[in-house]
Amino acid sequence: MTSFSRLLSGAAIGLAVAVTGGFAFAETPANMLVIANRIDDITSLDPAQSFEFAGSDVLRNVYGNLVNFDPLDLEAGYQPDLATEWSVSEDGKSITFTMREGMTFTSGNPVTAEDAAMSLRRVVTLNKTPAFILTQFGFTPENVEETITFDDKTVTITTDKQYATSFILNALTANVGSVIDIKTVMEHEADGDMGNTWLSTNSAGSYAYKLDSWKPNESVTLSSNPDFYKGAPTMERVIVRHVQESASQRLLLERGDIDIARNLNPEDVAGIEGADGVKIIDELKGRLMYASLNQKNEQLSKPQVKQAFKYLIDYQGMQDSFLKGKYTIHQNFLPATYLGAVDDNPFTLDIEKAKSLLEEAGVPEGFAIEAGVRESQERIEIAQSMQNQFAKVGITMNITVGTAAQILSRYRARELDLYLGEWGPDYPDPQTNAGTFAYNPDNSDEAGATGLLAWRNAWDAGGLTEKVDAAVIETDTAKRIQMYHDIQAEFREISPFIIMFQQIEQSAMRDNVTDFSTGQAITAASYWQVTK
Amino acid sequence: MALNAEPGGRAPRAPLAPMAVAVGKTILQIAVTMLGLLFVTFIIGRVMPIDPVLAIVGERASQSTYNETYLAMGLDKPLFVQFFIYIGDVLQGDLGKSVLNSRPVAEDIARVFPATLELATIGVIMGIVLGVPLGVIAAVRRGSWIDQVARVVALIGYSMPIFWLGLMGLLIFYGILGWVGGPGRLDIFYVDIVPQVTGMILVDSALAGNWTVFQNAFSHIVLPASLLGYYSLAYISRMTRSFMLEQLSAEYVTTARVKGMSEWNVIWGHAFRNIRVQLITVIALSYAGLLEGSVLTEIIFSWPGIGSYITTALLSADMNAVLGGTVVVGLVFILLNVFSDLLYRVFDPRAK
Amino acid sequence: MTEQTLRQWLLTETPTSRRHARFSALYKGWLSFRGNSMAVIGLVILVALLLVALFAPLISPHDPFVQDLANRLAPLGTDSHVLGTDSLGRDILSRLIHGSRITLYIVALVALIAPVAGLLVGTISGYAGGWIDTILMRITDIFLAFPRLVLALAFVAALGAGIENAVLAISLTAWPPYARIARAETLTIRGSDYISAIRLQGAGPMRIITKHIWPLCVSSLIVRVTLDMAGIILAAAGLGFLGLGAQPPSPEWGAMISDGRRFILDHWWVATMPGLAIFIVSLAFNLLGDGLRDVLDPKDSGL
Repeated sequence: MTSFSRLLSGAAIGLAVAVTGGFAFAETPANMLVIANRIDDITSLDPAQSFEFAGSDVLRNVYGNLVNFDPLDLEAGYQPDLATEWSVSEDGKSITFTMREGMTFTSGNPVTAEDAAMSLRRVVTLNKTPAFILTQFGFTPENVEETITFDDKTVTITTDKQYATSFILNALTANVGSVIDIKTVMEHEADGDMGNTWLSTNSAGSYAYKLDSWKPNESVTLSSNPDFYKGAPTMERVIVRHVQESASQRLLLERGDIDIARNLNPEDVAGIEGADGVKIIDELKGRLMYASLNQKNEQLSKPQVKQAFKYLIDYQGMQDSFLKGKYTIHQNFLPATYLGAVDDNPFTLDIEKAKSLLEEAGVPEGFAIEAGVRESQERIEIAQSMQNQFAKVGITMNITVGTAAQILSRYRARELDLYLGEWGPDYPDPQTNAGTFAYNPDNSDEAGATGLLAWRNAWDAGGLTEKVDAAVIETDTAKRIQMYHDIQAEFREISPFIIMFQQIEQSAMRDNVTDFSTGQAITAASYWQVTK
Repeated sequence: MALNAEPGGRAPRAPLAPMAVAVGKTILQIAVTMLGLLFVTFIIGRVMPIDPVLAIVGERASQSTYNETYLAMGLDKPLFVQFFIYIGDVLQGDLGKSVLNSRPVAEDIARVFPATLELATIGVIMGIVLGVPLGVIAAVRRGSWIDQVARVVALIGYSMPIFWLGLMGLLIFYGILGWVGGPGRLDIFYVDIVPQVTGMILVDSALAGNWTVFQNAFSHIVLPASLLGYYSLAYISRMTRSFMLEQLSAEYVTTARVKGMSEWNVIWGHAFRNIRVQLITVIALSYAGLLEGSVLTEIIFSWPGIGSYITTALLSADMNAVLGGTVVVGLVFILLNVFSDLLYRVFDPRAK
Repeated sequence: MTEQTLRQWLLTETPTSRRHARFSALYKGWLSFRGNSMAVIGLVILVALLLVALFAPLISPHDPFVQDLANRLAPLGTDSHVLGTDSLGRDILSRLIHGSRITLYIVALVALIAPVAGLLVGTISGYAGGWIDTILMRITDIFLAFPRLVLALAFVAALGAGIENAVLAISLTAWPPYARIARAETLTIRGSDYISAIRLQGAGPMRIITKHIWPLCVSSLIVRVTLDMAGIILAAAGLGFLGLGAQPPSPEWGAMISDGRRFILDHWWVATMPGLAIFIVSLAFNLLGDGLRDVLDPKDSGL
């Protein structure tokens, strides 16, 4: 028997030695950028299909657009990119872009006006999720040959009516505006899919990086394009690794195994702040946290009840505690930094006021509602805080937690009394949010306008629909801004939306990393300007 | 969680039938079980309140996009037609494409299964290396302090919420002490360095002779594997003890001792020899349990294995991926069962 | 004095009646159980848990749902919050105390549903034989071959998250082993002279199964259930951890760990306390089960 114990202890020592064999502080290679992020939302890397945050981060670095943002000067707005200049026709319906000369795709093919035009047509024809960003200008699979045209050096797009030029150009900075190597892509066409299957996992761009691999829920690997027209990126390889847990991301960063951690929660940010070799960069993002009241519910459709709910949220308490540093109070549908944004935040937690409003509405004893919340700790906590305050005026809120798809299905079917969720703008123009929060031309069930938040909550938008329509074709910028100010002021008072917070992204990184940007509220992350 | 079927619960076995009949019967049984497995999974997928189309097109899609996707997925066809189309594909070795990211499911599984295989194998080896001797000692010294210690060690293993132990382990051994690698299978800059042959990084790096990568991979696997190892140690050691007790109380042991045979020879030469087959069954079951993918361990350690693959797919209504994953896991489970059955029939004198 | 005689009566070698014999056997079992100190510890813990759950509102220092955002993540030993507070400033100790009710509720229900379902399937299968046996055993095999947590997850995902559905899901994954045990026992009993005799007296299959076979299967099932309890608790906690068990703000222990794991680095107690609670309770069940087996089924004292 003693020999067994000897065997056991021998094995244990051997194991211990093997394990402890030198895994001290590590450092990532100088030409490589290693990022921990949650990338499980990526479903496709085809710019005509991709519509998720992590996917946008990849596409922004792989594909150029006709116009684009400079990560080092985002305030400047859209800038020339693959197009060097553009001109608007007299009737304001056509824009002609002149292509940059001498650019090539990573395949070696030249970047031509044909590529640019065909890329846009492809988005419209494929009609995947993000296609609406282009089709809202009147492009259809049937008319693209006439509305999106090209010659040797120019591309011309013609919209169905006159829109604010900034609206069109802002929309073109979205992923659907990516210029792809149409020759290479069409070589991989299968079953008439215009190369969609192939492009979902490969890249055919002309920009700073090309895609080496995407392993779902695991990693995305990019390698640099030395011929990038703005100069070869310093970071020759970029690896984005999926790390779900904030604590894991923090440990990896502290130990120097990664350069940037993008999903630290407030407690981990607080814990790592001031640690040796680590810095935190805050960027205001475009995402809004909101709750909405289904107008199909008789109680919730009463104006005073809608008002009352807006006084039943502990905005300050949440911002200063579990949302600290990650969200800032914002009660309007246009995110701060957007054209036409306002920073009036009139609502605060006021139980007495809410009580008297409910009394006015004839429901002093309260009622019960069901709230749908996606399975994410942050939202569950917000929901519980709301639940806690609602209880004080007799409103019982039952929380149903489910996966994103589950909750969304019910939200779109107008089944939830209260929905708590986030909304991120699709492109950096006020229309992106105005056109969904305050716009609902047909509130009937049959309309099935599931893309509109107002419709999902069965809210007829109380006359704001026409005002939104008017704002989007106003070409005088100052007037347009004023119109959005007015719309939002009215929206705050009458809408069933309780807009609560705007997101701040806190990226924690090793302190030798410079110039990293997640794209703020208007675009996605970019890597080519990063040095370390 | 999956270590339940014990040999005691098995039906009495028929005498060894002629080989061909036995083989045919076994294959038929496997086929029926697999078909049932697929059917149940398929039904679950269809009654899920998650709209698979919505899971793909997302929140912003227009109704026309939605409709096109609905048709493209063949959801307009009757349920049984969809099922038969799927079965037909599976029989041709085609597990379909992930409806979510349109990658071939077989390819994804070929990537995630080796990760689980590697983890489970190391785990079960740890369980065997430590568990078997522990069980034997506990049986030989029944009632002694070492028996008590073995019992407590095993019971603690059974009682520990593994996701909690994993978090604590990560915090202490990686976060504070820095003895082991962090979450994931490798440090990021070692990823994709060695060519993929088996998909098991330890094996691949050894084949490539790249010992730096091997060491790094080992530092990552050691903690999650130890957790799983502890779990299977608990099971294996208890079962070993129980089997050994039965043998040690048998008459032939007493006879051998009376005849003056050395204690070592009695224990290892005779008693242990007789429990081999039972033990292999237990180990196979334990291994099957770990191969099912320890979902929680994989989540805590960002381990891209089959368990977390199926779970993620399930929660996003990616039914092709769920079905594919279930087929593979079910098949492994059934094959391990058949294997241990076979051993029983071949080696166990009572079964003859 | 009376105690002495009672003891003697219980320990007699020559019982005077059937009931006498049964009490005597029970008492001897209790004595041997009492000799197993670890099993007694398990029993004591479980009795304590039962009392805690019973008197939860009386002994918990705070309302488990009252939030205090100003005093969130308070450390251990804070004034009036012995085990600290969670992310919304709720008292962890009070939540643990109230959570014990949920744990017991889940365990009790699963321990009722799964063995009964298994017993039904197993005995019918074993007694009927033939094609019924084949079909039922194939179904059992299918469920055994399923990845367990995946099956439970799928079930909960299909029916919606919540305690009742979690209970059903766990039962669904837990019954097949019981069915196998019951079937094996039935097969051995079925052929016995005793059953043949009853059959000759004209008893129908229903009567034989319910009156004569079930009682004989029960003892092996009970041991098995006790040993499975810990697994049930861990499975329930796992579902809670994945957000598919009890819904917020319910203080289910697994969900509490899930809440607290975000703060594991700086506020470790938030996840650790419910982790310890789960550990202690499932350990208690395991200790008890281990001891019970020694008493009821001495030949098989492994786990």
